Amino acid sequence: MAQTAVAGKQRWWEGGKSPFNVEYGKLMMWYFLMSDAFTFGAFLISYGTVRFASNGWPDPNQVFSSVPFMGHAHMPLVFVSIMTFILIASSVTMVLAVGEGHNNNRKGVIKYMILTIIGGLMFLGCQAWEWFHLHEQGAWWGKNPFLTFNGTEASTNFTNFFFTITGFHGFHVFSGVIINIIMLIMTIRGVFDRRGHYLMIEKAGLYWHFVDLVWVFVFTCFYLF
Amino acid sequence: METYESVKQSHADGDGHGFDKAAVWRTFWILLVITVVELVVGMFIAPHFHPYKLWFNILYIIFTLAKAFYIIAEFMHLGHEIKNLVMTIAVPALLFIWFITAFLWDGNSYKNLRNTYDPYYHERTTTPVKGHTPDHGHEAEKPGAIH
Repeated sequence: MAQTAVAGKQRWWEGGKSPFNVEYGKLMMWYFLMSDAFTFGAFLISYGTVRFASNGWPDPNQVFSSVPFMGHAHMPLVFVSIMTFILIASSVTMVLAVGEGHNNNRKGVIKYMILTIIGGLMFLGCQAWEWFHLHEQGAWWGKNPFLTFNGTEASTNFTNFFFTITGFHGFHVFSGVIINIIMLIMTIRGVFDRRGHYLMIEKAGLYWHFVDLVWVFVFTCFYLF
Repeated sequence: METYESVKQSHADGDGHGFDKAAVWRTFWILLVITVVELVVGMFIAPHFHPYKLWFNILYIIFTLAKAFYIIAEFMHLGHEIKNLVMTIAVPALLFIWFITAFLWDGNSYKNLRNTYDPYYHERTTTPVKGHTPDHGHEAEKPGAIH
């Protein structure tokens, strides 16, 4: 960006200009995401603490080994990789919507926002299936049917953390989808065209990418470790 | 108010600066490749080398941080903002280093204390379940399955 190149010479704190060179709402979205990052961080770190304090823990390759319509076939990590792919793809369509917004291209924004919303709904559907399947296997808050690596009985910490953290993340995805639907309606009604810019799409986009970012960490902590 | 307008304009300009479609797709492919590599390692390689689980975990952490970097820098565009803004995000995030180290250390210490001073806990958590008849997915308890 042009601004970056001259940033060294410009005196950002002399007054008369925005020292961060972004619009107020976008800056506040960043700070909100920081606080949200610490909330998720606290969840994941408490999970890590409890896991470090345990002698045994269930093997994710055994717990997460089912795929819809595949019956009892042992396919570890396949389904969750599909979910990860869906979320990354919806992040891409979100960036493309922001890009179309830069060009004030309403049709393009509408197209990519619809794709992003579909991606979010697909992810939520996958998560609903996964929760339902684990529940059928006897896993829920306070109930853990899975044994540890060593074949010893595991505590319910595993399922408690799993459902709490993926549930909190799923709630973020859900609210992200709602935000994106509102953005889509505003775009269709031409609100941003009258405003002259599509900065709201960028702010919704920041939130959406953050949800993707959190999933990267949830994925590693629960499915790979 | 004038400056606010100028900020808005610089972002809403139609000249396309600040948005690079090729960079978006490059980031997408990087993320996809990293994820696929993680899955291949997690599915086919790590289960056969169980004693080296720690090293695989370190590998996963490196991959995860790489993915996080690309999402934040490219998708969230932070890599293209000015340094002042980057620093207000990056510096507080450094707290996580202490946060993770301190809490995992504490968890590990608690485990050692319990194993040392609570023989019942130690026995219960290290003795495999005998004659356990699974009433759910039969994969979970297959003796000596994969690892």
